Parts: sequence; C-alpha cells; structure tokens
Amino acid sequence: MPKEASLSQLVNKYFYTHQFPTMWCPGCGCGTVAMAMVRAIDRLELDFDKVIHVAGIGCAPVAHWYTTFTALQTAHGRALASATGIKLANPELTVVVTLGDGDCAAIGGNHLIHACRRNIDLTAIVYNNFNYGMTGGQVGPTTPLEAITSTAPYGNLEPPFDLCKLAEAAGATYVARGTVYYIRELISLIEQGIKHKGFSFIDVFTPCPTSFGRRNKQGTPGQMFKAQKDLTVPIKKAKGLSPDELQGKWPRGVLVEKEAPEFTEEYEKLIARVQKRSS
Amino acid sequence: MSCRVALEASHAVAEAVRMADVDVIAAYPITPQTHIPERLAEMVADGELSAAYIPVESEHSALSACLGAVAVGARTFTTTAGQGLELMHEVVYVASSMRYPMVMVIANRALSAPLSVWGDHSDVMSVRDTGWIQVFAQNNQEAFDLVLWGFRVAEDSRVLTPVMVNLDGFTLSHVTEAVILPEQEVVNSFLPPFHYPFVLNPDKPATHGAFAAPDIYTETKISQEVALRKSKDILLQGWQEFGDMFGRHYRPVEIYRVEGAKTLLLTMGSFTETAKMVIDARRDRGELVGLVSLRLWRPFPFTEFRQAVKEADTLIVLDRSISFGGQGGPVCSEVRSALFSEPKRPVVVSFVGGLGGRDMAEEDFGYVLDRGREVAAKGSPELFETVGVRGEVSGIRDL
Repeated sequence: MPKEASLSQLVNKYFYTHQFPTMWCPGCGCGTVAMAMVRAIDRLELDFDKVIHVAGIGCAPVAHWYTTFTALQTAHGRALASATGIKLANPELTVVVTLGDGDCAAIGGNHLIHACRRNIDLTAIVYNNFNYGMTGGQVGPTTPLEAITSTAPYGNLEPPFDLCKLAEAAGATYVARGTVYYIRELISLIEQGIKHKGFSFIDVFTPCPTSFGRRNKQGTPGQMFKAQKDLTVPIKKAKGLSPDELQGKWPRGVLVEKEAPEFTEEYEKLIARVQKRSS
Repeated sequence: MSCRVALEASHAVAEAVRMADVDVIAAYPITPQTHIPERLAEMVADGELSAAYIPVESEHSALSACLGAVAVGARTFTTTAGQGLELMHEVVYVASSMRYPMVMVIANRALSAPLSVWGDHSDVMSVRDTGWIQVFAQNNQEAFDLVLWGFRVAEDSRVLTPVMVNLDGFTLSHVTEAVILPEQEVVNSFLPPFHYPFVLNPDKPATHGAFAAPDIYTETKISQEVALRKSKDILLQGWQEFGDMFGRHYRPVEIYRVEGAKTLLLTMGSFTETAKMVIDARRDRGELVGLVSLRLWRPFPFTEFRQAVKEADTLIVLDRSISFGGQGGPVCSEVRSALFSEPKRPVVVSFVGGLGGRDMAEEDFGYVLDRGREVAAKGSPELFETVGVRGEVSGIRDL
C-alpha cells in the first residue's frame, strides 16, 4: 500500500490556504468532515479534473469555498437537483455533494428522496449538526426531541428524521453513518461511498458547539466530539442489541450496500435501445 | 404609559406582532431575518404571546401555512428575506389573489448568484407585481408602526389584501435604536380583533382558490386590481388614524426640505435617513436640493408622487436593484413612466447603488447629487450610472 499523503500535502493540494482561517467557528466539526472527504478522494487517486464539488447553502456547503475542486454552489436545498443535472450531462464526472442537515432534509428534502429513488451515481455527504447552525441555531429536521434551539426555547416537539432510514427507504443503494470522532472510519465510509455505483448517502454527525452545544449544555467542543462515542454504536454490534439497548444510540458504519441499476447507465441503455430500433 | 426603549429593528417588529396579538406565525430562518422569528418563538414559548409558532421546512411552506391559517380566520404573520422570498414566489401571488390579509416583513437582501446575505432591494422588486400592499420603513420606529398599521389596513373588509413591510437587511434589521412602545389598550383600540368574512366553515361550505376557466379568470384579476387601487384611500385613512392616536404621521410619499428645491433626490428605505443628512448639509450651503422618499410602493401613489416632484427641474432616482436589460433601476423606470404624460416634468436621472450591502456613505449621496445635476444639465448617453462600481464602465448605455 502506497504511503498516504501527509496532512500538509493534502492541505496544500486540496485547499485554497490563502482563504484560511475558515469561517467555521472554533470547535466546529465541518473542517474535519471536509478533510475526511479530501483524504478519501486522495486515496482514490481520482483525476482532479473529473471531480465536481456541489454545495447548497449553510455551514457545511461553505466547504467548497476552501477546496480547490471545480465547484457549483446552488440555492438552499437544491444541491442534489443541480448535481443530478451535472451527472446526466456528463456521467464521466465524479460528483460529490456537500449538504447540511436542514439543506438536505428540510428545504431540499424532496430532492433527496428523488435522488435516492433514481439511484443516480452521486455521493451525498450530509454534515449533520442537528440545527440550522449558520443562521443562529434554529430547530430543524434532525434536531433531537426536547433539544433546545433558538426557535424551540423549551425543547423541540417534532420527532427528527433518521436520515439513513429515510435514504434507505427512498432507494439509496449505499447508506452509511459516520462521525467526526471516528475519523478513520469516516474517511473509509466516504471512500467506499464514492467508489459505489449508485446513490451514496453518508450521514455525518458533527458538533456545532456555538449554536447547538452551548444551548444544550454539551460542554466543550472536545467533549462534544467524545460524546459521539456514546451516541453511536458500530452496526455489527447494533445488530446484536435489543431495541431497548439501542434506545438513544445511532448505528454507525455501512448500513446499506447493495447493487441496483444506476440511473445514468440505464439512461444510456435506453438511448441505445431506441436508436437501434429506429435505425 | 407608552415607554421608550432601545430595540433592534427585528425585535421592534416582534413587539408589534406581539401587541397585535397574532394567532399564527410560520417562518423559516434566513439571514438577515432570523432575529424576528427567534424573538417571536421566545415570546410564544414564554407565554407573552398566545399564538402557534410553526417552524416550517421552507419559505414555500411558511407562506402556505399562513394561507391555511388566514382561511380559518387567524391573524397571521410571516417574515423572510432575499432567497426566501424567491422560494415563496408562487404563494406570494396566491395570498394576494385569494385576498388573504396578513403581514409579512421582508428584511431586504440581495439575490444569488453570487451568494450574498447583505442588503439591497432585488428581493422586493421581484414581487412588485404580485398584488401585495408594499411599504418601506426608514428606521426602527417605522418598522414597529408599519406592522401595526399593516394588520389594520390589510384586515379592513374593503381591502382584504396582504401587506409587505420592507426593512433593509442589516442596516435596519440589526440596528438598535430608541423605539416608543405604546400601551396595549391604545393598540387594541387602533387594531380591533380580526374577523375574516370568508372563514372556511363546514356549516357553510365554500372553496377558496378554485380553478378559473378563461370565461372568469379575467374578471377575478380585474376585481383584484380594482380592490388594490381602491385600497389607497383606506391606507391613507389608516395612517391618519394612526397619527391621531400615536402622534406619528405617515404619507405615501414622504418629502424633506423640498421648499423651492430645483433638484430632488428619490430614495426608499433606510438610505433615506443618510440622504437627509446630505440634504441638510447642501441646504446649509444654499443649494436648492430636497428629498423625496417612496413609503408606499404598491399601490403606486401616482397623485402624491406627481404633486411632490412637479416643481423640480431634476429628479435623481437612486435604485438598490437592477432591472437587467431594461431601463436600469426598477424604481426609476416606474417614476419616469408615471411622469411621462405630465405637461411639466423634471429631467429624470437614474443611479443604482448599495447593491449586495455595498455601503452608501454621505459622500456617495453627495456624488449622486452633483453628478445627477451635471447629467441633467449636459445630457448623458447613459441609461444609468452605478455608484462606486470598479472597472472601466460605470455608466450603462443602450448598445
């Protein structure tokens, strides 16, 4: 196995360092997820000119301001719709989509389920910090029950999405959950997701100390990173636990990996079939 | 006793919504509007306001939820900015066409791309023709006052049209100023309880917003147009009564030091107060300049506007958005058209400035006044000029 690039090599190759420091708050996990994505892409030795980074609006999509990939930032919630356009127009491209949880599952929720349903070969990385961090920490579609947010000052009443279950039910053929605490695992999850043929969905738990942790008394950013150990269980272990034992725990790792016809390939086949018939 | 307190404009809006005793609030967070829904969510959670707060999943859902709330007779409020207003767009039309009174505050923001969270008027100009009553606040007190007034006139049975109150993102929304909060009893006497005359009621079945074939669509649209135009008298009456009760008087076209003015500058929103300082300084130097500000944007106050500018030789219009490929600024285009049939009309000069939060300082307004008069005197091939733009072309001409 070839020696991995050093951190400084990665930073210099994949980031606009003149843009540093980033706009992310101290202790935010977004930079860790962006670094995991870059490490995964580097390991895969992808042709730099054939990777497109697509982003919506929020703290997570800001990642593309700093990475040196060709990038398209679209309207809030629309990243997957635009990524679908890119992939269909040029299926040779590797399209990696950076989303926030609100971006992905609230305002853009419709695009998420339809991208899953089509099984189009995109890799969606959701930076899930359980609230709308950029706008000051409002309640969102992944905010846990009873959690305090700026628009739910006495606790959230709305049950959150389990984004992985949602993606699986909608038809995604690769579904994984990672955390910024288990960084090696996260890199590998993203790497496998990009390699996977079909729609890959990676839900990444990442702390938002400024907006979410502070209100919910989750301690320092370090404590918030460490808390992910207790919040999640490896999927193999989770399979052996009873529903009671799994209460309040999120399975982590590759949750779904299966083969199914991929949309752009099916599209090409349809064109070939119809052209053959008409000629 | 009324009290005078320091309030951010966003919080002043929230106070007005609280004092209006709103029943339903639906909003989605977007910079620079967020402090409004956050404060309202707190008020609802703390029992200071007995209302339902709906943390919807998008702006499209926010205004859709408001439609439902008004349909069953609730006093309803929402707020957004920039991209959020764009996502609402189709429902913005539906709200006014279904004659659903409500108040929406826009913390005015530029539109993508490139992404900008800062202020200009591109968002509101994109909904110019949606049939809402549209007004602009110049300071925090006005933001408070116009929300109260908005509910009063929107809910008038002769109007039944939603009201959009515009306040500039950041330069107003995030600024703290002294605001006079009235006593609740006075607010109650100005703003009676809301009785929507067409409440959905299973005992009297009716359908709102149904399908219209070509044989009736035109009539529904024209009746909406007639109602919006006729609403102006009631808007003015509302301001008259507001003034009598609260001591602050509003007009559809605000004027400032226009006596004998040969040159008038036209602004909207928070820029007006900066412009006033420049007008003061120029008047002190003996220059015959004055200021006109459009408070009411829709329905357009043709009579008051023509009256306000008829003595001037030059009218300099400062827009905070661009009508791409058209006449330049949408406001300038509008006022030029409003003056076209007048026997005596000023020369109209168009400027665009303050896009995407670009600051317009006093000296920039000074430049606009000087350059505007120069253009009016010598003529200029330019359709409009952009204040402070870098690059070789500052003036845009018809190519």
